[in-house]
Amino acid sequence: MFLIPCPYCGERDESEFSCAGEAHIDRPLDPDALTDEQWGDYLFHRKNPKGWHQEQWHHTAGCRRYFNMLRHTVSYEIKAVYKIGEPAPEIEQ
Amino acid sequence: MKKYSLLSLARNALSYHENWQQAWRSPDPKPAYDAVIIGGGGHGLASAYYLAKEHGMRNIAVLEKGWIGGGNTGRNTTIVRSNYLWDESANLYEKSMQLWEGLSQELNYNVMFSQRGVYNLGHNLQDLRDIHRRVNANHLNGIDGEFVTAEEIARRIPFINTSPDSRYPILGASFQPRGGTARHDAVAWGFARGADALGVDIIQNCEVTGIRRDGGKVVGLDTARGYIETPKVGVVVAGNSTTIADMAGFRMPVESHPLQAFVSEPIKPILDTVVMSNAVHGYISQSDKGDLVIGAGIDAYNGYGQRGGFQTIEHTMAAIMELFPIFSRVRMNRQWGGIVDTCPDACPIIGTTPVKGLYFNCGWGTGGFKATPGSGWVFAHTVANDQPHDLNAAFSLERFITGALIDEHGAAGVAH
Repeated sequence: MFLIPCPYCGERDESEFSCAGEAHIDRPLDPDALTDEQWGDYLFHRKNPKGWHQEQWHHTAGCRRYFNMLRHTVSYEIKAVYKIGEPAPEIEQ
Repeated sequence: MKKYSLLSLARNALSYHENWQQAWRSPDPKPAYDAVIIGGGGHGLASAYYLAKEHGMRNIAVLEKGWIGGGNTGRNTTIVRSNYLWDESANLYEKSMQLWEGLSQELNYNVMFSQRGVYNLGHNLQDLRDIHRRVNANHLNGIDGEFVTAEEIARRIPFINTSPDSRYPILGASFQPRGGTARHDAVAWGFARGADALGVDIIQNCEVTGIRRDGGKVVGLDTARGYIETPKVGVVVAGNSTTIADMAGFRMPVESHPLQAFVSEPIKPILDTVVMSNAVHGYISQSDKGDLVIGAGIDAYNGYGQRGGFQTIEHTMAAIMELFPIFSRVRMNRQWGGIVDTCPDACPIIGTTPVKGLYFNCGWGTGGFKATPGSGWVFAHTVANDQPHDLNAAFSLERFITGALIDEHGAAGVAH
């Protein structure tokens, strides 16, 4: 079980959180201008790296706020958490 | 290949079972093949078997980065059923079911396919409506199934908790009599032995490190054991699908998650069927060895570590306790995690890709085992003919552009 350092509440058990998938996906400003390929890519394609991954988490049973996390998908090490809107920390794969 | 039979058993008993032939060879890779399957799990081996048997392609190889039966094939809960809601899935899984029914004879290998029936429980009014709809849809597709009342469930499985006072009372279930379980390792070993006998080279400890292309077309593979030239590559690598797609330069709409399974200490025979519940999310059967085989949902985060989180174990056990309070003191013996590749619509991708000669069979998510023979059968057709069979045409990669999804998520009694 992860010990997740919520940027608002401090360290809490993983069971209080929900993983909300890849972070930093911007909704296209003008969907009508996109091709089907681009829209499909926005809707369905996600990074699925074997390594460091930027993802959103939600402190569902806590402060109920979203934040971002930099986590390794093999070792499961949590390198950093940062608030929505803050820049992602540098990573070396 | 020497045939397994009662006679061969008797003959080998005389030599103290020391002279059984190897089930499959371990050849060195040839410099070139007509086709290569990446991934020596059940689906990959089945693909190779049917390529050789149905399509006469004998100069082919299966490349496995680990060993046969070491991946998800040996890490699942072995449930087989075909009671899916939508026509596309129902037809695909039913094809698989029909192949299961003759598989031990076909392979001359006992895959211990046991049609002990599968219950999918309903716990509220909407569950029951969905179950009725799914059973009716199954009948229209010629698939067996029936609605079973809570009273009937209590009669057939006396120790299941049908108390109306429970938090999620059991109100009824769908039952597919032809569903059941099979021995997962035997499926991999049987297909490996069968493919090998038809001339397929099964090469273990041979990880693929690169896909060489020329003008948008596959020409060969870089592997841990050197370069292999081939015009056709079938990729059947479950949780590692993104890794291989990255090598070929296109995106796959899958995400990899750990899915855990558990077996208990062996106990005397008690549960003679398979019970699945979507609402409390757990599924359980009892192996011939006596251990309870238990599974539930994926760990919610992306992960490639073949292990799972403790809270998922707790959730799984809580679900089983809800259904079977009698198992409260059974101890779990082993737990393991496999890496499954989940698709946005919970249906597989079986077909061609933007790279000519490169075919993918992936995205089975949490429910691939049941499809093993059918998946191999349609994928072999796809690789051999450079186009999908009618049964897998709808499971194309293009559906994530056209939007023609097959929405089994929440429709198929899920809890694969």
